[in-house]
Amino acid sequence: MDSPPIVISASPHVHSDRTSKRIMYDVVIAMVPAFLVSLYVFGINAFIATATAVVSCLLFEYLIQKYLLKTAITIADGSALITGILLAFNLPAGLPIWMIVVGSLVAIGIAKLSFGGLGFNIFNPALVGRVFLLVSFPVQMTLWPTAVENNTTLADAVTGATTLGIIKDGLQFGETMTELSAQLPSHLNLFLGITGGSLGEMSALALVLGGLYLLARKVISWHIPVAVLGTMALMTGIFWWADPQHYANPLIHVLSGGAILGAFYMATDLVTSPVTKKGMLIFAIGIGVITVVIRLFGSYPEGISFAILIMNAFVPLINKYFKPRRFGSKIKAKIV
Amino acid sequence: MLKTFPKGGIHPPENKLTSSKPIQRLPVPKVVYVPIAQHIGIPAEIIVDRKDKVEIGQVIAKSGGFVSSNIHSPVAGTVTKLDMIVDSTGYKKQCIVIRTDAKNASNFVETEYPLKKEIALEPQKILQRISDYGIVGLGGATFPSHVKLNIKADKKIDCLIINGVECEPYLTADHRLMLEKAEEILMGIQILMYALNVPRAIIGIENNKRDAIETFKKLILQEPKIQVAALQVKYPQGGEKQLVRALLKREVPKNGLPLDVGVIVHNVGTIFAIYQAVQHNKPLIERVVTVTGKKMGNASNFWVKIGTPIKDLITEVGGMPEGTRKIVNGGPMMGKALKNTDVPVTKGTSGILVISEDEASRGETKPCIRCGECVTVCPMGLEPHLLMNLSEKGMFENAGHEDILTCIECGSCSYVCPSHRPLLDYIRFGKSIVKKLDVSKN
Ligand code: SF4
Ligand code: SF4
Repeated sequence: MDSPPIVISASPHVHSDRTSKRIMYDVVIAMVPAFLVSLYVFGINAFIATATAVVSCLLFEYLIQKYLLKTAITIADGSALITGILLAFNLPAGLPIWMIVVGSLVAIGIAKLSFGGLGFNIFNPALVGRVFLLVSFPVQMTLWPTAVENNTTLADAVTGATTLGIIKDGLQFGETMTELSAQLPSHLNLFLGITGGSLGEMSALALVLGGLYLLARKVISWHIPVAVLGTMALMTGIFWWADPQHYANPLIHVLSGGAILGAFYMATDLVTSPVTKKGMLIFAIGIGVITVVIRLFGSYPEGISFAILIMNAFVPLINKYFKPRRFGSKIKAKIV
Repeated sequence: MLKTFPKGGIHPPENKLTSSKPIQRLPVPKVVYVPIAQHIGIPAEIIVDRKDKVEIGQVIAKSGGFVSSNIHSPVAGTVTKLDMIVDSTGYKKQCIVIRTDAKNASNFVETEYPLKKEIALEPQKILQRISDYGIVGLGGATFPSHVKLNIKADKKIDCLIINGVECEPYLTADHRLMLEKAEEILMGIQILMYALNVPRAIIGIENNKRDAIETFKKLILQEPKIQVAALQVKYPQGGEKQLVRALLKREVPKNGLPLDVGVIVHNVGTIFAIYQAVQHNKPLIERVVTVTGKKMGNASNFWVKIGTPIKDLITEVGGMPEGTRKIVNGGPMMGKALKNTDVPVTKGTSGILVISEDEASRGETKPCIRCGECVTVCPMGLEPHLLMNLSEKGMFENAGHEDILTCIECGSCSYVCPSHRPLLDYIRFGKSIVKKLDVSKN
């Protein structure tokens, strides 16, 4: 009767079937629509860039863990895969392959493993990789192949500037928004993804679709994406309302420059965002504000990568000061 | 909208396999093993000796202090041994071994008590009887009931809450009791309201027990002071603090008791035991136990004599199934895994759950990915990932400041952690040390 070993472990004796691995692969699934759009827009280049980033991220993680750190190999947990895809999503199509490899090494080697691996890193690895490339190779990193409207083979994209880049440069040369608007893609195109920019930020529609999947699967909660985009819309809206000739409207800001990619996929990274909902809101509002400040007053047109990294640094502090309210603390004892 | 507590909580699969199984009577065991520490507080003092003949319901161990409880013989028979046996806590505890007298009819005839409605005793006498007859909280906490009912003059109680939540998956003992003994439970409520002079009572039942809710609703039509509240199904709603919050929107202060917000909470099983003690002079010598598990063919609910070895219950439902990995005393969220099946049923045993290989397996522990799930589900507003971290690193002072002692050990955090971190194990460990630190400081 008592042949099988009886385990004596402490309660609880049942567990939910959610695992970190499943969460990671849900994130991967959520990025599929955006990836398909990038294939449609940039063709083989998008595939090459993504494949390079993914393979190098996995390979670097494997090599560093096996030969340098001599720890358990964790490439199957899905997190390096995500880093690879996100890194590629943040790069312009057609970036030299060796640069992508360098970016991957920075992301995995420096931003992730040197902090102790998954769960211990402070900064979003993919963003560290991206920003490293941006400051090291500013020219190549801002060479944006764009899709040409009405061109049947979108893969024959020409090099152009991003929406926000056009606005930024134009405004600096004293042009007004009315004059610039002719050069800008329509809002509908911004939404669908016929625009200039990095691989993954093309189609707001595809990104939102994946974002909704993440929300439905409870991988992320609404707090971060809504607060990031809401803050951005509110702030840019105020400037636009005050001076529509010199400030782009909030819709342009939200739909371009990787705002949606950042808000749904990068700011929400579990490891590098706060643990409480309150903290998430503070974090996300911070990202929104910093992004808008960089876009309107700084020298980079997009800004959200920097904003996220800056706020990543505040996460330990946010976790410390925005704690959940303890049950039964600070209450007015009230007997009815 | 159904009532519930606002912060945290989870909804594990309910698995209430036995909710339609009427409570059966387990055959009287040949030998009973009655531990003297079945309640929270001071163990009772043994007042019988080897070879003594005892009657059913006779006191065999006397309350050892105020926070203690009498223990009565569940059978008529002979004391064969005063022994040390492993109980559900996993430790050896002193216990009285009694061989059932197979010829004594009182062991086998089941007195059917007719419902007795008039309350004949004075309030003080009622409370005395609850104390004399060894009534303790039957929801699992086993806190001596007379202590809970001993209300100091400066505390005013305006509401009695009856806990019929049974939020633990699998368990159906309270559910069946509510269906089968609703009138007696209602009587028990009225007795307590009278004894404590409480103006109102609310029976809280989760909405997955519609039949119990309806049963009580019908019965209380003529009782304006008693309400029935349907609650949203959410674990750990059976926790006192969560239940008081859900029903009355009152928050029991940190380190406080429901008493501090004018409330007393009693489990339905306890209320039934109080009814029997007060109206029929029946001490607490048996209780309802759910014997269940996905592979248990005849899983059901039983009236079980205190002291019955758990293996008798398992035999009754068809024996231990192949591939059993865990035998749990209680529900899957808060129950204790047992070392073996010789452990006896005690006053706190609400269920025996047999868990098989696949259900028992726990994934490999991975690093914390700071997803915050544990924080989201913690009903006490704690940060389990942080508490585990502090306990692991030995930073107990900090853990104390982070309110580790207010953890109710509901296990919701460990349940949801996608990295399978043994959060509650570390928190329990941390709590035990912090408690010691606190004591040494004072
Ligand atoms: S649920 Fe687990 S992985 Fe998530 S924050 Fe808590 S301990 Fe970390
Ligand atoms: S920390 Fe304690 S109270 Fe909070 S979920 Fe975990 S076990 Fe429950």
